[in-house]
This record gives sequence, structure tokens and C-alpha cells, in this order.
Amino acid sequence: MKVTPRGLFCEPGGFYVDPTRAVDRAVVTHGHADHARPGHGRVLATPGTLAIMAARYGPEMAAATQPLAYGEPLRVGDVTVHLAPAGHILGSAQAVLEYRGSRIVVSGDYKRRLDATCAAFEPVPCDVFVTEATFGLPVFRHPPDGEEIGKLLDSLRLFPERGHVVGVYALGKCQRVITLLRAAGYDAPIYVHGALTALCDLYEAEGVALGDLRPVTVATKAEMAGQIVLAPPSAIADRWARRLPDPLTAMASGWMRVRARARQRGVELPLVISDHADWDELTQTLDDVGAPEVWVTHGREEALIHHAAGRGYRARALALVGRDEEGQ
Amino acid sequence: MKAFAMLLDRLAFTPGRLGKLRLIEAHFAATPDPDRGYALAALTGGLAFDAAKPAMIRALVATRVDAALFEWSYDFVGDLAETVALIWPQRPGANREPELTEVVEGLSAAKKTEVPALVERWLDALDANGRWALLKLITGGLRVGVSARLAKTALAQFGAGNGQTVDVGAVEEVWHGLTPPYEALFAWLEGRAPRPSVDSLAMFRPLMLANPIEAAELAGLDPADYAAEWKWDGIRVQIVARADGGLGGSLGQGESRLFSRTGDDVGGAFPDLVGALDFDAVLDGELLVCRDGVVAPFNDLQQRLNRKVVTAKMLADYPAFLRLYDILFEGGEDLRPLPFMERRRRLEAWHAATAPRSRMKDRMDLSPLVPFASWDELTALRDGARMAGIEGLMLKRCDSPYVSGRPKGPWFKWKRGALTLDVVVMYAQRGHGKRSSYYSDYTFGAWRGDPTDGAAELVPVGKAYFGFTDAELLRLDKWVRDNTIDRFGPVRQVRPGLVLEVAFDSVHPSTRHKSGLAMRFPRVHRIRWDKPPEEADRVETLAAMVVS
Ligand SMILES: [Zn+2]
Ligand SMILES: [Zn+2]
Repeated sequence: MKVTPRGLFCEPGGFYVDPTRAVDRAVVTHGHADHARPGHGRVLATPGTLAIMAARYGPEMAAATQPLAYGEPLRVGDVTVHLAPAGHILGSAQAVLEYRGSRIVVSGDYKRRLDATCAAFEPVPCDVFVTEATFGLPVFRHPPDGEEIGKLLDSLRLFPERGHVVGVYALGKCQRVITLLRAAGYDAPIYVHGALTALCDLYEAEGVALGDLRPVTVATKAEMAGQIVLAPPSAIADRWARRLPDPLTAMASGWMRVRARARQRGVELPLVISDHADWDELTQTLDDVGAPEVWVTHGREEALIHHAAGRGYRARALALVGRDEEGQ
Repeated sequence: MKAFAMLLDRLAFTPGRLGKLRLIEAHFAATPDPDRGYALAALTGGLAFDAAKPAMIRALVATRVDAALFEWSYDFVGDLAETVALIWPQRPGANREPELTEVVEGLSAAKKTEVPALVERWLDALDANGRWALLKLITGGLRVGVSARLAKTALAQFGAGNGQTVDVGAVEEVWHGLTPPYEALFAWLEGRAPRPSVDSLAMFRPLMLANPIEAAELAGLDPADYAAEWKWDGIRVQIVARADGGLGGSLGQGESRLFSRTGDDVGGAFPDLVGALDFDAVLDGELLVCRDGVVAPFNDLQQRLNRKVVTAKMLADYPAFLRLYDILFEGGEDLRPLPFMERRRRLEAWHAATAPRSRMKDRMDLSPLVPFASWDELTALRDGARMAGIEGLMLKRCDSPYVSGRPKGPWFKWKRGALTLDVVVMYAQRGHGKRSSYYSDYTFGAWRGDPTDGAAELVPVGKAYFGFTDAELLRLDKWVRDNTIDRFGPVRQVRPGLVLEVAFDSVHPSTRHKSGLAMRFPRVHRIRWDKPPEEADRVETLAAMVVS
């Protein structure tokens, strides 16, 4: 395993994992743009991830693709590869690489709590564990999702004349928030910004029921009172939001845990809902996989390394170029 | 505690006044006594704990969290209470979550040495938001953008929602006679009990406040309807003197108090005055330092404020003085319903009768009325009054009764002439709340060098975010978007092409701006769509306005 400017390279297999630039052979853990780039020669990924890449980059996103279901082993060069669920977004996987009796797991992005839009994380015991650390500080302990959705529904009751616009990342967070609302018994139509529709359709096609979704353009301003509208974070504080009556801006993100971050975004209702592991999940996972060696990527590596060292793991930071530290 | 924590959290993020009102009102409706009363006390600044200092909280967290992890976290979060709230390792099931009442009563009953253990137990039992609220509450730093006035307005709304005829004035009227957790107040607002009786107490009566006015608005007013007084540069106080045990006569003799405009008892720092209030009246006036009838600069008065110990030397060096301008009660008689001119006659008569035999004889006088026949005449008087101690003029409608709050129309404050400068918009930033989709905050600059010879540069001199109408804001927002030349996060840099006439109260030297100058209270006076930017003012012009 080697760190190169293009990303993590598996020499005996002749492939990269989540390369940040176009390469010959790539294993892609999930569809977020900082992990899945277009233009590779051959891409190995779950069917869900391949569908997402095709939706985002077009059918020409790679010269050749090979779907690999969770748990199925595949020989690539001298390496046996299999994919294990990462619980991050639809199709997200950990790349489990075995070579001469030792096992390395590149977990991509992951979380441990339940998410109706994707398969739950499976800890795979290994010798080397590559972990993200987007929320790698002990101040990040995400509250229960249900409580956060409850805040949104309470606000809707208290401010029935205001349109509630929730900033969500298009891939993953959007669909998760919808399923959480449905699970909380909210079955009214949910309005979605145009930039989110394609991926919602894809999730539906992959068997994730989202209920009655409508484009914002079908409703008048007055009809949007007391309605929930999902939009990309960039749209919630811009002219786009003026189509809503007295918009109340919410944002669903793990960063909302820190007030200064929420204030910086101009958010009135911060919802701490994250697709990344929080501190407790990160540290729990290290213990679950029991890898004597831990490599830490994107985020606040130093705190997790400090913690891991204290627990007796050999931990180091893996400086990968081009990872999105903000975490989608 | 959970409901209170949620309320604080929502208030901290809700920018609009109406939104905050609704959140507070909903809390009163959903929360039982005495929790809601303590929440009200917290919002109105009526709770103070001095046993829980930040140092104590830091020491607590150090016993539970790895030092390096804490430092990285504190560095990232930036706020001590918030960092501790988030990082605290909860002991699930350790204790029952405390109610707000339990926290308030527990802290007031605890000895100083018992406080850390108490706080630790609560931190273990609460969730992150609850811990944040607890820490903010006990360190006295709520800062959720709610004034006492707003909380009282929410109370009035709550009462009205329960079918009571109350407005914020009615709440203010009883407020200063009540204490947390305000059960009698809520009982009244819910129609379960009559209005709490406070008439006989030596208490603060809410003040009548004035609205600012600019010269241009005077034309719409008839000078014959108004009386004028100087606006003194001191501190507005309410003098509640009941030497004869009057004002209804239920309390003991000799109780006199001096209240600030917000109802805080400031008498402790002024024993020379409070001890000499040997009469029976409630008066409105200005607290000043006066030497031989000459008002000293505000700085001198500041030497006397908030002092716990007042030395004889302080009393002699900074002699306190009351300049009276209104009378609210004479004995037990409530004069507030009378018209201003009638009260003025009563004040003059009272003063003439009382002062000669009072120990306050040389320490109080009447603020004179300033006679005038036309606004032009008054303008000339105002512009001529540049001496220390005068901030401008007060205009009071002759027929105005004394009502609490800041009613529109009867009283105006007309501050000494504002300064103005033509400046060029340099950067724009999105506003907050309703304005969050508009570029409504403008950083503006003046020229350094001669703008017509091409070598001049714009230097930022200030920032303004109000003084324009909604329609003007729409046009400003569009202009900013059409003229953006660069972006840095939420800030847009714009082409130097738009001139604003800004008004401000004064200019001071400052290290905050590159120009070395800072304006006090700048606001957009006019948008000069017509004016070419090279005709805007130069930094030197602003520098010449510095008050020395
Ligand atoms: Zn991701
Ligand atoms: Zn990522």
C-alpha cells in the first residue's frame, strides 16, 4: 500500500482506492465527489455506487465498470478484494484487501448508526484499518436523529406560516432526512430543489421509498407556508429562498453541533444529522476491528491518533490530497 | 431543564423579534410553575450566581477529560462553556436530569465549596444542550439576544392569548414589585387571579422613553404643541423618595431609592443623595456631577458609578447632583395621567415648596424649559449649545401623559447635529435573519490621495447596515451582485462605483481600520446614486472631524 499524489495505491493489485485523479484501475468506496472521480480506465465498486457515478457523470464516466456485491470476493492481481457495507450512503463500502495472509481495510467514509437508505456498517477485523476522522474530536457526539427531526417538526408547528428550508447535501443526506421524516410520521409532500431530484429518483429506483416528493416550482409562495423544502446548502441563504414565505433556514449536518459553524452559515435551525461517524463511533470502531495499525485520513487526525496511541494502537496520519475535509 | 435548554438554543439562533416572542410565549404556555418563572428570571437578568466561575468549570473538566483532547477541542469550538458542554463524558443513567428550579434553588442554597460537586452531578445527568444551558446560566452569559423588554412583551402576549387585557405597559407596571418565580404574575396572566397589587411599594415605575428625531422630520410637527428641554449628558434616574412613609403608606418611613432607567437600584454608590431624599415623591431626572452649578464631563460621573465603597474624598471630588424634569407621584397621588405641562407646573410648585427645607437643597434643581417660537429658532439654540454636559434637546408634547415604554410621537430626543461624509462602497456582506439573502452590510471607504489623478486609493473607514428602506435594499442588493469583482467567503468586493452619504455621531482614532479612524454609530443617510465616486470625500476630511 502506497500513498501517491493520485491517492492510495495497492501495488500487488495494481489499483488505487478512491484516487483523486483519473487512473487505470480504481476501487471506489462510494459516490461522493471527493472519492469518486470520472475518467478512470476500470472502476470496481458496488452496483449502487456505479449507479450513482453514472447518474452524476453520465454513462461515459469510466471506460469499463465492474459491479461487486457486498461480501463477494474477487481476485485482482495478487490481491483478494471484497466490499463490506460502510453505512455512509447508498452503495457505500469499505474496501477489504487481502494479500499474503494480511488484511487491510480502507473504510472510506462511514457511520455506525442506522440509516434506512443504506446497509449498516460491518466491522471487519483486520491488520491495518484506514479510517476517516471528519468528526475526529470528542466534541462531536451526534445526538439521536429522531430528536433532531423532532426539532424540525416542532418548529413547523410553532411557525406554520413560514416555509422551512433545510440545507442538505444532494447525495445521501437529502434522502436520509426524507426517510427520517417519514419514520417520524410526516407523510405530507416534501418539496425538493431541482438539484436534488435526480438522486432522489435514483434512490427510489434502488428501492428506498421516499414518499410524496414535489418540485418547488409547482407551488405558489403562499402554498409553501408550513411546508418542508430541501435544497442544497448553497441555495438556502440565497435569492432562491426568496420564493418561500418568510423562509426559516435549517441545515442538516454534523457541523451544526458547533454553534459558531451554524451561525457562520446563517442558519436559524441547526440540525445535527451526519453521515459520518462521530467521536464515539470512531473510537468504538477502532476497538471493534482491533487493527494494531491505524491510518487516519481527512479531518482532525491528531486527536484520533492521540486517542488511538493511548489505547495501544500504532496510529499515523495519511496525508491524502484532495479529500474534502468538510465531509459531505 | 430540557425545555429551558431548548428555548435558549432556539432563541440564540432565531434572529427575528417576532420569532423570539413566539418561542418565549410557547415556553410559558407549555412549562409549569415554578420552572417558567425561573426561565423568565434568567431571560430578564434576574438570576445571578457568583459561585460558578469559568476557572471552576475548567478545573472540573480537567478531572474528566484528557488535557490534549480538551485543548484541541477548545481551539476548534472557541467557547469554553460550549466546549465543556460538548466534550463532557456523560454518565448515562447516573442521575435524574435536574429541573431548572432545582438548579436555581440548589445553587442559591449551596455553600461555595459545595458548588463544584453540585455542578458535576448536573453535568453528568444532562445532555449536551442541557449542559450548555446550565453552564451559560450559572456563569451569567446567556447572550441569546433577548432584552428584558422583549421577555415582558412575550408575557403580555401570553396574557392576551389567555384572554386577558394586558399590554407590555401593564406588565412593566407590576414588574418591579415582583420576584422570581413570578407565580402571582402567571396566575394573573392566565386569568386565575387578579392583578398583583404593587401600588404601595417603594418600587421602580417604568420610564417613559423618547424616540430619536432628525431636523427634517420637525417640519411635520407644530412647534406650539411641544416643550423643549436640554438633553443632559448624565444618567437618567428615577428618584423614589418616601421619607414620610407615603405613596399609600404601607412601608416603613425613610425608605428612598435611586433607580437606573432599567430599574436597577444604583443608590448604593450615591449615599450622599439617597441619604438626603427627605421628602415623599417619585421624580424623573438626570444624575450628574456638578461643581458650582456647572455640569462636569460624563467621565467624572463614571468615577462614581458602580462603586461598592464610596470614600469621603470621592464624595467631595465628584459631587453628585440631580436635575429634575418630571414628577410621577406627589405623596400618594399618581400624577402620570396628567398632561406634561400640568405635571411641569406641579413639579415647579413642589420644588419651590420642598427644596428650601430639604437636605437636597443644594444638590438638586429643575431642568429649565427652553422657550422657542419656531423650529428655526430652536435649531439655532441647539447648534449654539456646544458646551459640555449637553447632548442635544428633548421635545415633549405638552399634552402627553406619562406612559411607560417608548410610545411613538409624544417625546423626541434631538441629538446634537450628526456629522456626515460621502463615502464609496467597497465590500458587501449578507445580513442576518430576514436579510440573510440580501447584501445589506456595507464596508465603505474614503479616498487617500486625490481621486481625480488616478493614484488615489480607497481606505475603509466604517461599516453600516441600516438607514435605508426595503425598496432601497433591493436595489442595493442588485447593485452589489452586478458589480462584484471578487469574493471572500460571505463577502463580496465591489467595483468602486456607489457613493453613500453616511451620518455618524463622532469620529475617534482607532487601530481597527486601516485609516486609523472609527466612526461612532454610522448609518446610511442617503444613497447617492447620482454621485460619481471620485467626488466622494477624502480621509483627511474625516480626520479633521476627530473630537480632541
Ligand atoms: Zn462521503
Ligand atoms: Zn469523504
